[in-house]
Amino acid sequence: MKTYDKRKWWIWTVFGLVALIYLVRLFSLQVLEPQWTDKAAANALRYIAEIPPRGLIFDRNGIKLVDNEISYDLMVVPRNIRSLDTSELCNILGIDTAEFNNRLQKAKRYSTYAPSLFAKRLSPQTYSFLTERLYRFSGFYIYPRTVRKYYTDAAAHSLGYIAEVNHTDMEKDDYYTAGDYTGRSGIEKSYETVLRGEKGQRIILVDNLGREQGRYFDGLYDKSAVPGKNLWASIDKNLQEYGEQLMQGKRGSIVAIEPATGEILCLVTSPSYAPSLLVGSERSRNYMSLHHDSVNKPLLNRALIAMYPPGSTFKLVNALIFQQAGIVNEHTLYGCQMGFAYGNRKLGCHNHPSPLNVTASVQHSCNAWYCRGLVAMLENRKHYKSTREAYADWHKRVLKLGFGQKFNSDLPYEIAGIIPAADYYDKAYGVNRWRATSIISIAIGQGEICATPVQLANLAAIIANRGYYYSPHLIHSITHKDSLNNGFTLRKYVDIDEVYFPQVIEGMERAVIAGTARRASVPGIRVAAKTGTAENPPRKDHSLLVCFAPVDNPRIAISIIVENGGFGATWAAPIASLIMERYLNDSVVRKDLELQIMNGKITYW
Amino acid sequence: MVVMKNKPSVTLIVLFMLLTAVGWINIFSTVYQSKDFTMDSAYGMQLIWIASLWLIAIFVFVIGKGFYYHFAAYIYLIFTVLLVVVFFIGVEHAGAKSWLGIGRFGIQPAEFAKYGTCLLVSRYISSYYCDLSKWKHVWRVGIIILIPVGFILLQNDTGSALPFFFLVFALFREGLTPWILIFGFALIFLFVLLIYFPQWIIITAVTILFIMILIHWYRKKKPRIFRTWIVYIAAVIYIFSADIVYHKVLQDYQRQRIDLLFGKIDDPRGIGYNVNQAKIAIGSGDIFGKGWGKGTQTKLNFVPEQSTDFIFCTIGEEYGFIGTTTVILLYILFIGMIIRLSEKSKDTFTRCYGYCIASIFFAHTTINIGMTIGLMPVIGIPLPFISYGGSSLWAFTIMLFTFINLEAKVNRRRTEN
Repeated sequence: MKTYDKRKWWIWTVFGLVALIYLVRLFSLQVLEPQWTDKAAANALRYIAEIPPRGLIFDRNGIKLVDNEISYDLMVVPRNIRSLDTSELCNILGIDTAEFNNRLQKAKRYSTYAPSLFAKRLSPQTYSFLTERLYRFSGFYIYPRTVRKYYTDAAAHSLGYIAEVNHTDMEKDDYYTAGDYTGRSGIEKSYETVLRGEKGQRIILVDNLGREQGRYFDGLYDKSAVPGKNLWASIDKNLQEYGEQLMQGKRGSIVAIEPATGEILCLVTSPSYAPSLLVGSERSRNYMSLHHDSVNKPLLNRALIAMYPPGSTFKLVNALIFQQAGIVNEHTLYGCQMGFAYGNRKLGCHNHPSPLNVTASVQHSCNAWYCRGLVAMLENRKHYKSTREAYADWHKRVLKLGFGQKFNSDLPYEIAGIIPAADYYDKAYGVNRWRATSIISIAIGQGEICATPVQLANLAAIIANRGYYYSPHLIHSITHKDSLNNGFTLRKYVDIDEVYFPQVIEGMERAVIAGTARRASVPGIRVAAKTGTAENPPRKDHSLLVCFAPVDNPRIAISIIVENGGFGATWAAPIASLIMERYLNDSVVRKDLELQIMNGKITYW
Repeated sequence: MVVMKNKPSVTLIVLFMLLTAVGWINIFSTVYQSKDFTMDSAYGMQLIWIASLWLIAIFVFVIGKGFYYHFAAYIYLIFTVLLVVVFFIGVEHAGAKSWLGIGRFGIQPAEFAKYGTCLLVSRYISSYYCDLSKWKHVWRVGIIILIPVGFILLQNDTGSALPFFFLVFALFREGLTPWILIFGFALIFLFVLLIYFPQWIIITAVTILFIMILIHWYRKKKPRIFRTWIVYIAAVIYIFSADIVYHKVLQDYQRQRIDLLFGKIDDPRGIGYNVNQAKIAIGSGDIFGKGWGKGTQTKLNFVPEQSTDFIFCTIGEEYGFIGTTTVILLYILFIGMIIRLSEKSKDTFTRCYGYCIASIFFAHTTINIGMTIGLMPVIGIPLPFISYGGSSLWAFTIMLFTFINLEAKVNRRRTEN
């Protein structure tokens, strides 16, 4: 009988081949293909972000300005919904059935087993009403999140606001995920990374139905959230609020700087709005109504992004530069016959003694003096080869004083202002076709020159410091009140020797005692001030003033602008006077003046 | 008279113990949820089952060798009758009415029918008049196999019927013409082609092949026209009928599982969920695995049937490639050992029976593991000695220890011949 012993090899071969194929397949699955590990993690691991509390904001004296408050969102897990009483929930939330279904569909499209947002920021009534009945709405739960709470109605622009991140934010910084909040303006924006802290992360295991099944490796890979740091703003809450009261009914700004540090004591822009308007469920509506107020433009921060011709306040700049450039000294006298005549034209001046030295020119704000000074500088062929070269030198010195450029500190938005370069005039008049008289208006801060209120306040600080400044900033300290880590301790010298300041300061002080700025005086305090009346044809002139006080130990440097307020003495000077009194004396005794200013309204068209 | 030829194979018994241990450890890992150990759970039950195996093993072993030879037909008959009984008092489970329930315990007669079939097939083949090179005997063996298969298919339990077809390996060893095997592979190959290509392309291809063969015969001057025609017509009939089977006879889920295997549909959240999750579990095990009890996919219910049909996923996830390789090597050793001992046996009945159960074990491991790694369609049959469940454990143990019995003892009367 035939045997089939050899056939066992065939069977060995088939069985062995199958085993080999399986081992190769397993090697490929387990060793070569990495995607399965990620898929397993995506299956079973859920990363839960822990949002740290945002840092608080205090004023320079430690008064709390911005706090966190808990708000409640209604979340839904669609697959957990069981026999829902739709109409009752609709009633509680105040929405109709169509809207309800719409939101539910949206949630289902996102995921049936992961939570999604159903109703944002429940009102306190809705919240308390809903918590009692929540057990009847399986699948829904309330998720607390924190929103900002403000203890002041002032300083909206400086504090800024936070809003939910958008697509661009998330693209720029992968720290953010949908639903996070980020600073949109002001300190909230500038110090976002400090205030937000660091998100924590909890990894939990979920089963196939999305139910929590404990922590991944007992929390070995969890990260706890780091709370945001607290900030002390440079703002003085009381002064800020007082400034905003004074500016009621007027457009313009008040910028006050502490000269010794560059800290902004108040940054008033008027009209403004209460910061609490941009919080909570009303945020978008309020924002749009502020945004669409094209008459008052409350969202416009005039202190930083409005620019004005500085007018006579700019004479301070020229007085310093002319001295430093060796054009004038304290003995130089220029005469004034009710103005400065050049060619067949005349730039007018008002009635005052003549001739004047530099101190008196500041005191009386003589136009002719500065015109002659500018001509003397630009047409000086001993120092400069050409008008253009002289102008370039002048331009460089003006920029040194902080004009025509941004400070790039922590100010949320700012503009550079305008100090035209020589090229500009080359283009306007043609190369070598312009002389000092062509651009004579810049001598008195008119013409092509524009400055922002914060730059003018900084000018006052430079004079108060006799030659240097710190970039104006909104932060006093981070982490705790006495820490010095605000990052703005670099002293910037303006290349004007200290010896040239006393003449200017004396002129400013005399202007207060017996000059154009008499209304800026504060009883018992030595004040140095310079008015400005910026022409704004065809509208009424802007009322400007820069000042600082006390003269021998300056603690506050201010610029005031009241749009269309007329002479600098009319509105700006008394406002400055009250601000200084409020800040230096802590209280105002001249209640009648205070009342007059607060109630004063300027009619805009 | 029966005497001991040698000791029962220690290797097989050790492998049996290892496999049941691997099974229990993985069932324990899958089910245990860091609460108190309780016998009232899958791992507790499995422990009882495994303990009971030894009673059965000893019982099966002490019975005289001749019993299995002489009573093969009766054993076959009893289990076939049980298959019929299921129709009347069976319990439906996952769409198939294939379980007999006794209290909390249930047995699946299909598992035991394999045993009866292996015995009777071996008994028939080992009879002196049987010659598998003759079609008459092939038909008879075929009928022995196809009767239980028919009942099982009627129970709507296609998965349990499949291993019976693997007995063709044993028959091949005992003299069945290799053409049956080749023919079988050809049919499977043609079926796979039919899934990928439209019917008319296959028929055109077969026709061209047929014409070329005819030309070939004419050139060789050996015109075997009649035989070739028969094959051709059979092939065409098969192509048509396979198409009808695929579209009309197969149930939707079966067709979907086949389509899924061949990548014709891709639906990891729907019908492809099981296989996808199984692959994720095994694939995420990497080389060394996540460690005992750390398999997130299997422990957190992402993989379905983790302790029964998909138990291999737990091994893959928690012990990685090292673990899966070890288990496959254990099976190679186990099945290889059965074949080796069968070949060593001088006794046709023992040898044939050994090949039969080797084929059955091979069928179960191949289909089960293949299913979890996406090389086989989803067919719910247990992984021998590892999957949770008393019925299959008992059946496999009886099968194995019958072989150990047969192999260890020698039938004196037959050796005297």
